[in-house]
Amino acid sequence: MTARRLFSNELEERLDELLFASTSHRSAKGIADGLEKLTREQQERVLHWVGVAAQSYAEVGYLVASLAPRALARLDAAGFEAWVLAGLDAYDRQGGQAAMALLRDLDGFCAARAHAPAAARFADIEVRLARFIQGLSGRALALSAGAFPHTDTETVFLPAQLASLPTQDENRRLYKATAALLWAQTRYGTFGTAAVGIEAALARWPDRERALRWFAALEAVRLEAVLGAELPGLAAEIAALRGPWPEGLRAAAERLGRPDAAVSQTLTFLAECMAGEAEAPMLPHAGAIDLEAALRVRAARQERETDIVRKALSTLKGFGGRQGAGESSPAVNLEGGKLEFSLDGEALALPPEAQAAAQSLLQDLGELPPECLVPAGPGAWQPTEREGGGEDALTSHREPHRRYDEWDYRRRAYRRDWCHLFEVDLPPGDPDYVVKVSLRNTAAIRQIRRRFEMLRGEDRLLGRQPEGEEIDVDALVEAAGDRAAGAEPEARLYSRRIRCERSLAAMFMVDMSGSTKGWVNDAERESLVMLCEALETLGDAYAIYGFSGWTRTRCDIYPVKRFDEAYDAAVRGRIAAVEAKDYTRMGVAIRHLTQLLEAQPARHRLLVTLSDGRPDDFGDEYRGHYGVEDTRRALQEAHERGVRSYCVTIDRHGADYLPRLYGPARYTVLDDAKKLPLKVADIYRRLTT
Amino acid sequence: MSGNPRTLAPQLQTVEIEPYYQPVRDEVALFESAHRRRLPVLLKGPTGCGKTRFVEYMAWRLKRPLVTVACHDDLTTADLVGRYLIVGNETVWVDGPLAAAVRAGAICYLDEIVEARKDTTVVIHPLADNRRMLAIDKRGELLAAPDDFMLVISYNPGYQSVLKEIKPSTRQRFVALEFDYPEAAVEAGIVATEGGVDAETARRLVKLAELTRNLKGAGLDEGASTRLLVHAAQLIADGVEPAAACTAAIARALSDDPEMTGTLDDLVRAVF
Ligand SMILES: Nc1ncnc2c1ncn2[C@@H]1O[C@H](COP(=O)(O)OP(=O)(O)O)[C@@H](O)[C@H]1O
Ligand SMILES: [Mg+2]
Repeated sequence: MTARRLFSNELEERLDELLFASTSHRSAKGIADGLEKLTREQQERVLHWVGVAAQSYAEVGYLVASLAPRALARLDAAGFEAWVLAGLDAYDRQGGQAAMALLRDLDGFCAARAHAPAAARFADIEVRLARFIQGLSGRALALSAGAFPHTDTETVFLPAQLASLPTQDENRRLYKATAALLWAQTRYGTFGTAAVGIEAALARWPDRERALRWFAALEAVRLEAVLGAELPGLAAEIAALRGPWPEGLRAAAERLGRPDAAVSQTLTFLAECMAGEAEAPMLPHAGAIDLEAALRVRAARQERETDIVRKALSTLKGFGGRQGAGESSPAVNLEGGKLEFSLDGEALALPPEAQAAAQSLLQDLGELPPECLVPAGPGAWQPTEREGGGEDALTSHREPHRRYDEWDYRRRAYRRDWCHLFEVDLPPGDPDYVVKVSLRNTAAIRQIRRRFEMLRGEDRLLGRQPEGEEIDVDALVEAAGDRAAGAEPEARLYSRRIRCERSLAAMFMVDMSGSTKGWVNDAERESLVMLCEALETLGDAYAIYGFSGWTRTRCDIYPVKRFDEAYDAAVRGRIAAVEAKDYTRMGVAIRHLTQLLEAQPARHRLLVTLSDGRPDDFGDEYRGHYGVEDTRRALQEAHERGVRSYCVTIDRHGADYLPRLYGPARYTVLDDAKKLPLKVADIYRRLTT
Repeated sequence: MSGNPRTLAPQLQTVEIEPYYQPVRDEVALFESAHRRRLPVLLKGPTGCGKTRFVEYMAWRLKRPLVTVACHDDLTTADLVGRYLIVGNETVWVDGPLAAAVRAGAICYLDEIVEARKDTTVVIHPLADNRRMLAIDKRGELLAAPDDFMLVISYNPGYQSVLKEIKPSTRQRFVALEFDYPEAAVEAGIVATEGGVDAETARRLVKLAELTRNLKGAGLDEGASTRLLVHAAQLIADGVEPAAACTAAIARALSDDPEMTGTLDDLVRAVF
């Protein structure tokens, strides 16, 4: 698709739309003039990024627009994108002023980019590294850019850029080594166990900072050896990166460098180091230890997990609910690192969530806290979520189109007609939005079309037909055989190419909650454009609905494309109007869309949800466990009614609740919203072939 | 029906030499019991976790011939049951693998049953309930299965496609045995034996498998199977450098996505 460039007045109009929130009331005229001489492709790229930037901060968008011609004169497409992203990154981290300064310093940016070969950037290695850590991990551990490398036991923080080694490759390996070592801190007891209190041990030294530096260095020695037992390749790579141990750590390497060394041995050795005068030697990969942060996060997690395990055990039969005193408590069996519970010799199966919590406690403490095993006792069951009194204040006075039951896991029962569902029309959005997205993604769309044409074109040669273009030799031989044997010969002796009847109806459910604001929402809309291209090529029946809402009395469903609608201008306008609104009460949306799907005459029915994480609603009722359980239940109901669900979640960080949430459904997690548009058509292809 | 055409039955294979199979749970006893009670069996589990090997082993143990059919979407009823052919001037009936297995009181293993056409799956229904009959419509023949005959099907529940689910009406006729990758030490034993590598190499391969299985659902559809570990081990035993063997036999076999392959390479390097 080639299109003419936009003229200044057209550009001005689009800029005004994107930047209307700018405080500086400057006219976009001058900027539009500057953009006029760019190619249409460049213009669309600039407008796109101006829009993205303006969603964070209108002034940044304004600046991107005005500097774009200069930037594009010096940077290629990827460079331009990197420049804007660097600005947005600075905005997220340090605010508007920093972002503007970075963007204005185009010389600096170009120079840094020219030198960049040596430096490695966190943003470039994040996805690969996050998966690497997830591969190693016993439990979810998020990655995030931070001022200095350390971990709080739930997130590993790494600097945005590393340039301390001479080549980019080495700096990348330094990222990996640092991340692996920080992961090992959380995995192999650096922050203490039930038996070893680190805080108390460190409190002995008045110069806490020095003690922490020594502690970090000694732990690097110990953990490398511990890693070596299970992951010798990784340990060797770390060793090569750090070079020979510095003089000041030679003795430590002798004493602590053993695969079975425990943190208590580090503490013993630490005392000797602190008795001397020396400073801890610097290691390139050791990271720092922020003990306060780690202990705080860990304590909160322990409390949460203890609670989960205890409640799970309480609800299991016999335990806690039993009459009389002298109840036996469950026995914990810890064979081969696998945690098993039993009560009076009978094995207890915990739900996966509780099992994971118990495993995590075990990793932190080396044992299960005794509180876990104390029965909550009859009546002691205290759900943390309470029915919000305030929420009904928001009750709408309109009559809902439908009411749906909702599952209350605490009652183990449905709340009847609890959710009020409204089908709400979307106001038409930018009529050119779809065209613009298509322009930006011509290559990808061409590829999608080609792939899906192939699918559709999967004609089958159907044998044993009464008529057709070719003789079916197998059938002919068989008929001759039948005739000779005196059996009634088959009259259907031809083969015919037929188009495969897919008989499939697909429903896409799009999260329009407030949390999707920004990139996720952009990605969702772009995905819809890609999906429509794919599905139009394929000819499957499909529908798209958005959902959001505000408490149980206002659950809104936004039809974007109904099953019986064509992919026309009105639908395109509605795709553009998909935007971030309020909350995510997922169960009711699933129930409603399941019902719509059931009315479809297809043989197979598929529900695909696109969302950015946990179900959530105003007030704390739907947040947390309740929402997870209701959503799970709704997916189960759908399954029972013959609707297959597939859930696509954009969530960079530990998605440990997903297996529970999506129970009966299949799902995938994307760590980066930007991948959604390209992935979603692919996912659909996998689901339906 | 004029005369009685000659019947050709395909030669059935018997498993003469004990196949190596490492029992994981109580599957051997369950299978034997199902055989005694003439119940059909469904093996559920991810690919490459030992289902096929298990059936071979059980055929040897029970001293029954084994007929294996890999199902695909063009598999017709005639392909299973049989058809008339002309040989010279004579018409002969050739039993399909299923009919042959029924006649011989063999174990018939239909691998990856969901791949078969739905109308084909239906012919096994009367065999899989207490009728234990196979109807050969062409010949007007109703074959009663002897006591020794046993029907076994396999199914991988990890498939994501909505078009590839096993129908409840089929599933509910079978005793289901669940298969999964065995515990680390057991799996390492299998890899060492099958792949011909030392215990330490086998242990590391299993460790690598564990790391990739942590990525299931986060970029990978499935982690490395026991089969892939055995492949890598065989390459190593043949002199290939371990990391290169794992890259070829495991990492590249799991994903084409460049970013994912990068991560898998990192994991390979972490272990070797
Ligand atoms: N329990 C086991 N005992 C022996 N070998 C096994 C076992 N599990 C897996 N294997 C090995 O894994 C390979 C793949 O197993 P296979 O039976 O073909 O898998 P499936 O049929 O489940 O796809 C086998 O060839 C064998 O080498
Ligand atoms: Mg197999």
